[in-house]
Parts: sequence; structure tokens; C-alpha cells
Amino acid sequence: MSEEFQASRPIYMQIADKIKQQMIRGELLPGNKLPSVREMAVQSGVNPNTIQRTYSELERMEIVETKRGQGTFVTENEGAIHQLKLGMQMDIIELFVHNMKELGLTEEEIISGLKRYFNGRQEIKND
Amino acid sequence: MIEFKNVSKKYGRDIGLVDVSFSLEKGKIYGLIGPNGSGKSTTLKIIAGLVHFSKGTVLVDGIPVDRRIAKKVAYLSELDMFYQPFKVKDMIDFYASQFEDFRMDRANELLSFMKLDPDKKLKQLSKGNRGRLKLVLAMARDASVLLLDEPFSGLDPMVRDSIVKGLLSYIDYENQTVIIATHEIDEIEPLLDEVLAVKDGKVIDRQNVEDLRETKGLSVIQWMKETFKE
Repeated sequence: MSEEFQASRPIYMQIADKIKQQMIRGELLPGNKLPSVREMAVQSGVNPNTIQRTYSELERMEIVETKRGQGTFVTENEGAIHQLKLGMQMDIIELFVHNMKELGLTEEEIISGLKRYFNGRQEIKND
Repeated sequence: MIEFKNVSKKYGRDIGLVDVSFSLEKGKIYGLIGPNGSGKSTTLKIIAGLVHFSKGTVLVDGIPVDRRIAKKVAYLSELDMFYQPFKVKDMIDFYASQFEDFRMDRANELLSFMKLDPDKKLKQLSKGNRGRLKLVLAMARDASVLLLDEPFSGLDPMVRDSIVKGLLSYIDYENQTVIIATHEIDEIEPLLDEVLAVKDGKVIDRQNVEDLRETKGLSVIQWMKETFKE
């Protein structure tokens, strides 16, 4: 089936995020070729113009390169991928901290809450 | 490229279209949405040269439409229009005999993509497979315009998915203009460049799908609920 997309964000960004996650997890390695625009469109059930826009966006961020007549490739620049990883981590942390502060929690409470959460999960695993 | 200039159509006393003007580019996929009887099918049939309009001008690639525009326009009807005793391959041969731009090699590829048996009789096909065959026939042509009238209606999710995938695999997305008239908006939203909302014979709004999400945070279905609110 075609993928589900969130209503409130452009589809080209949601696909870009998915590709970025694959790079960070190492499922797409430096120098790897991305599927062609058409293949990607069929895989995700999405308009080819949207995929084109996704690829342009990734290119603008300098994490992929399009080689004329050959296709689109993950950058060989591992530093760029590392930066991407740090950037995405930071985004998630900022969102989390923002939400916790909305609840009125202090930094100490957030940290101890996180510790309790991980310890709790550990205990469940050990049971 | 399709242009409507002040087009009206009446069916006796009933309104089909009222003073409709718009233009559609090549290389884009458009969704035509709106309630039953709003004028979606009439719009498609006019582009296909199947319906005479009362007033205005309609151009396809700069040519005023009449019945002969079928050379340039592939049309998938919402109706079943098959000759029952035919086999699948007879239907393919019939289309090949009618349209110069029919590509037999692509038709065969599409048949195997859709897992259709060429030797099966049309009356033995399930509704889903008839839906698939209609898409094969429309997409095997090198037409500059592809019109799909309710391609998903009454079909199960697997068939719908194979139609979406078939469309994306075989469309000439740099050169064709594709228009899909449908109620199944969820199904096709990610396929569309733009949506046109049709109501009471008029095009009441038109939006770029990604802009709608980016600027208003709305999916097409949410936008449609607002647009068609009484």
C-alpha cells in the first residue's frame, strides 16, 4: 500500500525526513545511489514532481549529489552526515524539552524523569 | 496543455457547466473533485470530444476540440464499456486498431504488471480486473492527455493500489497532462500536483496540494470539507 502521510506537512518534506533517517541509521551509506525519481514515486505512491522536489531539497542541504546521467547519490562527505545526525537529534531534544517545560518541569525533573523511564524499562526487560 | 474559455453546457434545462475557464499544463497531475452531478464527468467528456458544449472555447494543445481530438486524448470511462464475448487480447487488438498511438509493447507490459491473462474472456473478469484492464487500455497509448473518470470506484484496496502503482510506473510525467475525477481523495492526494473543486457546474477553487499543506497545514480532504461547506 501507499504510505500514510501527516496532513499538516508537505509530502516532499516527509519523504526527505525518511531518507535522512535512513542515512543516519546507516541504511543508506555515503556514495550509495538513491532510487530513481520514478522508482521512488512508485515505491511511495507519490507524484514524481514531489520526489523531484525532495531530491532538490536534499541536494540544497548538500547531503546528496546528482550526477548527470547517472542518478542521485548520498554524499561521500561523512562530516555532512554526522552534522545531519547531530542536527536531527537536536531537533528532537528541543521539541521534547519544550513540551516538558510546557508542563512546568524543571531541568532536574526532566533529567530524573528520563532516568526513571530508562530504569523502569530496564526492570521490565529483566523480569 | 488544456484550455477552457467561458465554457457552458446545458443538458436540456439542466445545467452541466456554467462559464468555466481554466488552463492545465503538461507534466502535471490534476484532481477534479466535487459532489455527484457537479460537472466533473461533463468536463472530462468535453475534453475527450464526447460531449458538445453550448458556449465557449476548449483547446487541447492549441487545437479546438471535436470528436477527432480522441487522437490526442486517452479517456477512461467510469462505465464498463466492454464487448462481453471478447477476450482480453481481443480488446487490446481492438484498441490498437482504433488508435495510432497505441503501443502494443507497453500494453503487454501493463497486462503482466496487472497480472491479467490475455486469453480470459471479458465476461469472466472480476470487477477489479475490469478496472485494471480499463487502465491498461488508457495507459498503453502515447496520448498527450490522459483522463480518468472515477478509476477507483467500487474497487477493493489491492486493486486501487495496483492502479496507483500502474499509473506512476507508466505515465509520461514530463509530457502528459493527467486529470483524475474522483471521490476517493485520500487515495490520490499524494499523486496530485493540483486539485480543482467543482460545484454546481463551476470551478469554485483551485489549489496546489503541497502549498495547501505548507501554508495552511491542510490535507486536500480537510480543505475540501471547508470549500464545500454549505
